[in-house]
Amino acid sequence: MTQTTVLLLGAVGVLGVGLYGLLRLRNLIQIIVALQILAKAAVLALVVAGKASGHVNLGQSLAVTVIVADTVIAVVGLALAVQVRRRLGTLDVKALATLRG
Amino acid sequence: MALAVGLMTTAVFCGLQAMRAKRLLTAALWLAAVSASVAIALYQLGAPDVAVVELSVGAGLVTILFVFAITIAGDEAMDAPPIMPKWASWLLVLLAVGVVGSAIQATPTSSAAAAEASFTAVFWQERGLDILIQIGLIFAGVLGVLNLLTEEDTPTPSPKDKVP
Repeated sequence: MTQTTVLLLGAVGVLGVGLYGLLRLRNLIQIIVALQILAKAAVLALVVAGKASGHVNLGQSLAVTVIVADTVIAVVGLALAVQVRRRLGTLDVKALATLRG
Repeated sequence: MALAVGLMTTAVFCGLQAMRAKRLLTAALWLAAVSASVAIALYQLGAPDVAVVELSVGAGLVTILFVFAITIAGDEAMDAPPIMPKWASWLLVLLAVGVVGSAIQATPTSSAAAAEASFTAVFWQERGLDILIQIGLIFAGVLGVLNLLTEEDTPTPSPKDKVP
């Protein structure tokens, strides 16, 4: 088993952990944490795939783009969570069902 | 090899702890540990540029943002039962992991390193569209931070809105 295989398996494991959190958690901020873990798996998988295919710099370039997108997702998600907490008094995702446009 | 195994085990363990943590602040700190493990793994892979970005942004900036948001929103513990049953969650996770794993296994790999431009050339010249998208994303992030910082009062209905 090579280093690339181990890191790919690790990326799949981290992906599974993030997906499990996304499905099980109800707290909005914890859901954003789960999304962040999913993005870490994507970053790792991109660089490992770049290394495996002999284009490590292309993988790095794509990974930087994913990191920027991931950070913006966190910022916008946290801003939404704070606004939901202010308006509804809870971070429970089920409380969003009471929102009206 | 042993270092890669250790790093990946650490990343998965810290991720699980982040999911199991009762307090939000603890979950944010476990997330930072996942980021640090992934950053070291990226450095070991020969990708130091992205490792530095991951460590500074993923483990630094994002953790600060989480702490800031938790300070505003409150570190409330939530004991409510999950929406999805445990067996269904595990089934979906195993399905997704299986699909991704089989896709990885089917992907051809080349051991020979192809002739490739430097990271700077790839990032700034060949991926120009990505740069433009990142500028747009950063603009959205700035708006998000402004929203996070805004102290907005809950709107109260005006007397005109009242139905006689």
